[in-house]
Amino acid sequence: MHEVSNATEKEHYIEAIEEMASQKTPEWLATLREDAAKRFAERPLPHRKLEAWRFTNVNPIIRNPFQPIAESGVDQLASSDVHPLLYANDWIELVFVDGWYAPKLSRNAGPGGAAKTAGLHEAIAAEDDLVEAHLGHVLGDGGNVFSDLNTALAHDGALVHIPKNVELDRPIHLVFVSSKTATESVIHPRVLVIADANSEATIIESHVSLAGEPRYFSNPVTEIRLNDGARLTRIKVLDEGPQGYHLSTTQVRQDRDSRFDGFTFSMGGPIGRNELNIVFEGEGAECSLRGLTLTEGSRLVDNAISVEHHAAHCNSWIGYKSVLEDKSHSVFCGRVYVAPGAQLTDSNQLNQNLLLSDKATVNTKPQLEIYADDVKCTHGATVGPPPQELVFYFQTRGMSQAMARGILTYGFADEVVNETPLDPVRDRLDRRVFDKYSPK
Amino acid sequence: MGTTDARPEAGKYTGSRVEQSNREVAELANREYKYGWETSLESDTIERGLNEDIIRFISEKKNEPDWLLAWRLKAYRHWQTMSEPTWANVSYPPIDFQQQRYYSAPKRKQQPLNSLEEVDRELLETFEKLGIPLEEQKRLAGVAVDAVFDSVSVATTHSEILEKRGIIFCSFSEAVLKHPELVQQYLGSVVPYSDNYFAALNSAVFSDGSFCYIPKGVKCPMDLSTYFRINAAETGQFERTLIIAEEGASVNYLEGCTAPMRDENQLHAAIVELIAMDNATINYSTVQNWYAGDEEGKGGIYNFVTKRGICKGVNSRISWTQVETGSAITWKYPGCILQGDNSVGEFYSVALSNKRQQADTGTKMIHMGRNTKSTIISKTISAAHGNNSYRGLVQVMPKAANARNYTQCDSLLIGDKCGAHTFPYVEVRNSSSAVEHEASTSKISEDQLFYCKQRGIGPEDAISMVINGFCKEVFDHLPMEFAVEATNLLSVSLEGSVG
Amino acid sequence: MLEITNIHATVEGNEILKGIDLQVKPGEVHAIMGPNGSGKSTLAQVLAGNEEYDVTEGAAHFLGEDVLDLPAEERARLGLFLAFQYPVEIPGISNAYFLQAGLNEIRKSNGLGELDAMEFQELLREKMELVAIDPRFADRPVNDGFSGGEKKRNEILQMAVLEPKLAILDETDSGLDIDALRIVSDGVNKLRSPERSFILVTHYQRLLNYIVPDYVHVLFDGRLVKSGGKELAYELEEKGYDWIKEELITAS
Repeated sequence: MHEVSNATEKEHYIEAIEEMASQKTPEWLATLREDAAKRFAERPLPHRKLEAWRFTNVNPIIRNPFQPIAESGVDQLASSDVHPLLYANDWIELVFVDGWYAPKLSRNAGPGGAAKTAGLHEAIAAEDDLVEAHLGHVLGDGGNVFSDLNTALAHDGALVHIPKNVELDRPIHLVFVSSKTATESVIHPRVLVIADANSEATIIESHVSLAGEPRYFSNPVTEIRLNDGARLTRIKVLDEGPQGYHLSTTQVRQDRDSRFDGFTFSMGGPIGRNELNIVFEGEGAECSLRGLTLTEGSRLVDNAISVEHHAAHCNSWIGYKSVLEDKSHSVFCGRVYVAPGAQLTDSNQLNQNLLLSDKATVNTKPQLEIYADDVKCTHGATVGPPPQELVFYFQTRGMSQAMARGILTYGFADEVVNETPLDPVRDRLDRRVFDKYSPK
Repeated sequence: MGTTDARPEAGKYTGSRVEQSNREVAELANREYKYGWETSLESDTIERGLNEDIIRFISEKKNEPDWLLAWRLKAYRHWQTMSEPTWANVSYPPIDFQQQRYYSAPKRKQQPLNSLEEVDRELLETFEKLGIPLEEQKRLAGVAVDAVFDSVSVATTHSEILEKRGIIFCSFSEAVLKHPELVQQYLGSVVPYSDNYFAALNSAVFSDGSFCYIPKGVKCPMDLSTYFRINAAETGQFERTLIIAEEGASVNYLEGCTAPMRDENQLHAAIVELIAMDNATINYSTVQNWYAGDEEGKGGIYNFVTKRGICKGVNSRISWTQVETGSAITWKYPGCILQGDNSVGEFYSVALSNKRQQADTGTKMIHMGRNTKSTIISKTISAAHGNNSYRGLVQVMPKAANARNYTQCDSLLIGDKCGAHTFPYVEVRNSSSAVEHEASTSKISEDQLFYCKQRGIGPEDAISMVINGFCKEVFDHLPMEFAVEATNLLSVSLEGSVG
Repeated sequence: MLEITNIHATVEGNEILKGIDLQVKPGEVHAIMGPNGSGKSTLAQVLAGNEEYDVTEGAAHFLGEDVLDLPAEERARLGLFLAFQYPVEIPGISNAYFLQAGLNEIRKSNGLGELDAMEFQELLREKMELVAIDPRFADRPVNDGFSGGEKKRNEILQMAVLEPKLAILDETDSGLDIDALRIVSDGVNKLRSPERSFILVTHYQRLLNYIVPDYVHVLFDGRLVKSGGKELAYELEEKGYDWIKEELITAS
């Protein structure tokens, strides 16, 4: 056995956990946090020999003693600072600053509409039964050492509840902003989404920083429960600041005939990791997971996806793309697990990588673990430069090689953007991709 | 330290022709493992356990030079610092390495052996029964064979013809004595003793194996082949194969293996090292049919093997083709280090897991030189309670400009108790390289079976036809006789797995 | 030769055939026409013994034997051949090998000796000539990478080699251009004999210009609702299947 002592690296977190335990909390929450604290103490921090972290070096995060954050920097922000991050007047947009819900900066939130949205802290204080029933239970034993840390320390976040048969007519946008106040701090945003039977909604989750280049570690956890026939689209935009480390865990549990459409855009932050775990618990459930990773400099992005088929007749589709420049590094691990009895599973997985530099590194591991026989599963991965024959074709039409490569790169990346629903979100992403790659 | 005359219990094979043929008929009817009998033979077998004295004993037994003993001891000491790997997708009870025997050889009437006539009759019969006649008049034309029985090589055929062209093909022990400079230069150069747990163990205790050297510019006029037979009980087999193809040389090498049916598991931890210089080609084919254990998972060989080739020279090529139908557990990843510019590595594999068999197998392709190319075709078939994992690494280093890899892994499932898993690792660090990986898993198609049946073909034949079609791309890379054998093996191994 | 009485069949619980009666005598060519979804292909698959379909009622006798309890390969060995609407691909197995395996099984069960590779090659060459098929077909994997037309022609070649007593051609004409259709029907016509019967399952009358049937039946909603001579096909072509529908409604 490979033993790694993390005692020193864990010390400041354990102190924070103890501090947290001294605060007055409802009993169920105290138990939830204690269990998570125990798991955190037992699980090793990432190192090279742990399969899940083999290619993802998070030492810069582990070795830096990021401190718990005392208070939010919301008072130092004006509405005008936050406004450019929002999308539309009639959308439900909840803003969180340094992990704390900021009602003043938010709009259309609250229990009034067809769906309920609230700050998690206030929901707990208001003894919302939904939170007690689901918080921590969607995640269960899943996740990783950092999601345990989140469960043990999360103090605020968002609660979203879409009641039965509600087809929400406007998107919900959750904006997590890190401000200068977050400097040298760790924040643990927590999101709980409950979609009741046959409901339908779209949620955007943005992670950004404002005001200078604070150095911080964001450690969000999102739990999503889709009941029978529920349909949810979730768009995650990871766009932390140049010193904003981000290790996130999203856990989705799907009941019968539910559908999850996930989009993950990773474009900012020195180290970003999106762990996304889907568990099919009822027959006929489906998910489509799309991702686009754009890296440059020495940035590292890791997408760790797991789809577990525990019921028959479920379909999963995974399509992730990366574009790498400079010395950047993209890691993809897609694991599709088909449990005994999960017959008639249809699963597709494709990871495509465009390497624009000799110093960049791609690690891709599309995996299948199959214990049922009546299945159709495929996976694929490609890594390479823009196809030379296409570049040549452009050249014969009078374009320079650089121009050809730029156009091809834009086209490669924009394919994922084009599939994104909601015009304002798509337009913003498209602009971003266009500015980054289109020939100047 | 002494030897025990361990005479194995009365073998199932009595030598009587009638009984033998009765047995064969019965075997055919039951479609059991065909090679499960054992040879009753006096043998030199050492006591159980492993320590430095055992290693000294093995080395002395083989009259080895001091440097080799020193190397073995270094490997042993390193092995003691290592722990058994646990990352493979296989499970088995812990192996007590002190309960194994590390040397067993058929007792020779006189030493040394000068000609084949002096080889024990029973040994010759054993190999003849396995389809590998060693005697002059019966030899397989066009294939030179090195026959390895437990820990030693018993005979090598056709070596005179080969000698005329400067080709060395002999047992590893003989090579150590006659060509020490070559052995010393290349031994451990591709698979260092520190490579992994089982490689270290092998390096400490390896007993025999084959050695092959093709000089500059020589195309080997016949296929070379080693046939491995485990006979003695409770004995591990640790052979080494070393093949060197000098500039412009080429060789086809075939390897076959069988073992008796026993209730205890037996350990086989081999090492194969291939070295291809400029413009050289080595094709290495394996049909692995070690005893797989019974339906309950009792007995069978633990096949923990390290095989690696290095394409050292420009335009060199190494091709691995394997058909893995036997063994209780297979753990093996024949790989290629593509160092020379324009070098080519290939891996074609069929792995079948039936009964309670577990296979974790695949390849490593390490692209270092420019314009290097690799192709990986893996076909796995899982039936009954078998579990099959493809595990492969494709690594493109920063200097490997224009490297190309194509990987295709297909899995076929028969029955709902088996498992098929795919664990590819792709790492690319060069932007002009292209790596492509495709994989699919599906059950055997009812449509195909119905179509065959509609043309008058019975259900079992239909299944074997569909499976052979599934494996064709791999079988195409085997020499004719091996391809036929592989086809037969697959249908026998799958017998009764389809309801 | 073939006698079907009151066959009912279901697939995944849905009743597709709702009582079919049909008699085919040696040498006869019967065409079964009908709109999409009427059960034409189901009838063909049921006769060939596809286990995906459950026969819930009725009987089928082929050469006097009750075939419904026989597995598909036994029916094939008796001389019943189905040209598939969607011929199946078997990668890695050559056409020649596949056909030799099938033919020898059929020969064995009829008390004939097996053909060795040489004899079979000779036979295959002859048959390929007969149905005007490129000899290179022999070495290509069964239907793998074939165009739609090539697959259909390959079915005819297989029929020529296996020499069945009754051949059911399931929409062999669909998707064929006029040249391919001519090749396919020439092949069939060459194989017509007083001992061999055919059932042509088709949606279009077009095929019947080339292979002239003795009888035409209309299959509608799982039943044979109308039978007649070849002129019925022309009538159908002219008036369409709605005509049948209307007739049925007026009748009831």
